[in-house]
Amino acid sequence: MGLARIASAIGPGAAAKVGPLDYASVDVPKLPGVGWHRVRTRLSGICGSDLSMIEGHASTYFDDVVSFPFVPGHEVVGELDDGTKVVIEPVLGHAARGFPLPFPDAAPGDGDDYGHLTAGLIEPGIQTGFCCSTGGGWGPEFVAHDSQLHRLPPDTPDERAVLIEPLAGGIHAALLAANGPAAAGHDAPIIAVLGAGTMGLAAVAGLVRYKPGARLVVGARYPHQQAAAHALGAHDVVPAGELARAVRRLDHCRLIGDALAGGAHAVIDAVGSAASIAECLRITRPRGRTVLMGMPGEVTLDLTGLWHRETELVGSYTYGTERLADGSTARTFALAIDTAATIGAERWLSATYALADHVDAITHAATAGRRGAIKIAFDLRNVAERMSN
Amino acid sequence: MPRPGFVLDVDRSTPPTLFWRGEGFSLEKLPPDRSRVIYAPEPLPAIDDIDGTIRHALDHPIDSDPLREQMFAGMKLTVAFDDVSLPLPKMRRPDIRQRVIEAVLDVAAEAGVDDVHLIAALALHRRMTEGELRHAVGNRVYDAFAPSGALYQHDAEDPDQLAFLGQTAQGEDVEINKRAAESDLLVYVNINMVAMDGGWKSTAVGLASYRSLRPHHNPTTMEASHSFMDQHRSELHHSTWRMGQVLVDAGVKVFQIESTINTDTFPAPFDFLLKREWEWSAKDRAMYLGTSKSLSKLPVSAARKIFHSIEAPHQMTSIQCGEVEAVHRQTTEHVYRQQLVEVQGQTDILTMGIPFICPYNVHSIMNPILVMCTGLGYFFNLYRNKPLVREGGVVIMTHPTLPDFNPVHHPSYIDFYEQVLADTTDPHEMSTTWEERYANDDWYRHLYRTSNAYHGVHPFYMWYWGAHGMKHCAKVIIVGGNAKAVRRLGFVPASTMSDAFEMASDVVGRSPTITHLKTPPLMIADVV
Repeated sequence: MGLARIASAIGPGAAAKVGPLDYASVDVPKLPGVGWHRVRTRLSGICGSDLSMIEGHASTYFDDVVSFPFVPGHEVVGELDDGTKVVIEPVLGHAARGFPLPFPDAAPGDGDDYGHLTAGLIEPGIQTGFCCSTGGGWGPEFVAHDSQLHRLPPDTPDERAVLIEPLAGGIHAALLAANGPAAAGHDAPIIAVLGAGTMGLAAVAGLVRYKPGARLVVGARYPHQQAAAHALGAHDVVPAGELARAVRRLDHCRLIGDALAGGAHAVIDAVGSAASIAECLRITRPRGRTVLMGMPGEVTLDLTGLWHRETELVGSYTYGTERLADGSTARTFALAIDTAATIGAERWLSATYALADHVDAITHAATAGRRGAIKIAFDLRNVAERMSN
Repeated sequence: MPRPGFVLDVDRSTPPTLFWRGEGFSLEKLPPDRSRVIYAPEPLPAIDDIDGTIRHALDHPIDSDPLREQMFAGMKLTVAFDDVSLPLPKMRRPDIRQRVIEAVLDVAAEAGVDDVHLIAALALHRRMTEGELRHAVGNRVYDAFAPSGALYQHDAEDPDQLAFLGQTAQGEDVEINKRAAESDLLVYVNINMVAMDGGWKSTAVGLASYRSLRPHHNPTTMEASHSFMDQHRSELHHSTWRMGQVLVDAGVKVFQIESTINTDTFPAPFDFLLKREWEWSAKDRAMYLGTSKSLSKLPVSAARKIFHSIEAPHQMTSIQCGEVEAVHRQTTEHVYRQQLVEVQGQTDILTMGIPFICPYNVHSIMNPILVMCTGLGYFFNLYRNKPLVREGGVVIMTHPTLPDFNPVHHPSYIDFYEQVLADTTDPHEMSTTWEERYANDDWYRHLYRTSNAYHGVHPFYMWYWGAHGMKHCAKVIIVGGNAKAVRRLGFVPASTMSDAFEMASDVVGRSPTITHLKTPPLMIADVV
């Protein structure tokens, strides 16, 4: 891991050559029990958490809830043995591990006790792609439980379907922001999103769709990200360094030192660095909510402002069952499938690579922003499948 | 005897011409046989006995009783004076304002006047620092009045300090500083750097509120001012003159003191900047090379510091006081005597080097909005009769145009650049869509009143200032400017002067006439 960290500092993608990732043939995973299915991968995305793992930046927090060796890949569209096209909700929840659901119809990510993550029919692992029993999307075949499968119409483009998982993550963060104490009771809250990679854009899509009155401000580093956020319907899109001023302009508040006197009702950090979290806390209004969507790892932060402003700092991990503005509930994945079709999410898939070209793929994913890309994925389809999709 | 202004026709033997580029310069070779360079008149000699002349002027005003005859014990006297925006660069001590104010206060003291307030006439400019106030009025005046609160700065956002005096026949609201309006006598101490300054603009603008500035600080008025340097053809001046009449009708008694200065703008070692290039001595050439090389190696902040520490040797050439309009007529003639250069006909391309300073970045940063304002608002308007460039012609400026802003002085400029210019560069559209939002922003208001920030609406005014120039020209090119910032302004970036001429050829053809306005020092082109 140390070597991977050093290599990643030398050049993007370098860790893919020397880090914990091997390109090798492994045995096809066995079906763990009843309700499990074989899934043949069609497309599988490269996520920021995959890059963290490859570059050795992942937190040791996960050491006890993953099992090695595992095949990465949790953003997956594939097909079952009967040819049904499916997208995977990768969380290995209660049902997959043979435990009772925390409540009727609970999603894999629901529940307030994570004890099941290290027990049951399969080895520890928070998700497909981090568990040695299941395999993952970066292999031609893996296993998935009934509770993880979302069946798609056969004419759903793979390029759209592979974006459903990140969209679900973004929608979950969006609803956490919209349901925060300051934003929930407000018809037109100011909600800011810092970062407009795939996840930031997914959150923007979620906010536009499920909190339509929100005055949405997006801080995006690259021009193509700014254009994508605009296209989704964000109210105001600015370079990331100008986000605080843009929020202030909407709120008409003062600036005290480098923090806004007021600020956004909720802010989503889609970057996950110490600097980005600190910036989000500075622009969240007192008693507002900052949602951490980007995985932060180990960071050093001055939390005096959080204490003084009584800011809620809320993590946003994956998806589950959501509460919508009208009081109804819905599975995040159902919302994501619908949103992906509405926005034409396939336009976010910038490039695909064969597994054999994994170093190039990971390099591209690690430098996606500056290269004008959004999502990079592995393509495991044969030529005929690609053409017919 | 100083030489008058001069228009040089460029030929093959003409040495390269010096162009300002912010905190630096370049030498540019202009195409021969179709280019000309306008050089300012040499500085007029300063008055020998400045203090004696001031006292004489106070005793012999125009169309008014002598100042001492208007003073009486128990009266309420207010002395308002021009702020840090002029002269440029700041003048060597003692500043003319100090000399004049001391003379006025001597007269007041002799008459037993003890209710005296001194007010810096800021309008919506930034508040001056203590150091800047001391520089303007002198330590003696500052120490005598500031501690007791009798020397202060106009606050256009304090409703308790404003007096509404009525409307002009055109419905323009007139609201100025209450203390000034309600005094038995308002003495205005002015410095006329350019013909635009002075007259009713001093009181009706310098002591006004946003409500009272809106009627003339707007795109329509600015586009109808041809030019600011010719008050008879300036709608801005027509409006302020109408407001002056409201002041008179309301009983505001003004004793106007206007002074003019010569164009002795730069001290050694920068005095080569005042010379014509073919007259540069070996020492001047060495100074040019040494200065420009050293400046190019310095961080911009260090170069700025050097330039803003310059104290100009310019000095008083005239002083007149009394009735506002009569005084201003004489003042304007003095300004023209120093600055007017006769120029035959218009040009296809007007080039201008934008220097490090304009009225709104003293001790600060020439941000992109101020670059636009200096080029199209000020330099473009340095004309009488007709603009130097023909309608549909091209303006080429040279300036680095870095997207740098002073967050203390120009907080709303940053947002204007990021938000408003990203939306529109059309002065009318931004006036409708954005202006009030900025003018009424509580944070900007707070910073204007308590810090050293220009008012929230000020960047709009800077943009409007260039409205006539923008409308008149088909294309504006900035040579050596930050490409992104130049595009944000709605202009075209060019790397070199040759590239700029090539780009301009789309509009003016391949053999256009070119005129370079070599300023500073300041001048006014009388285009006939």
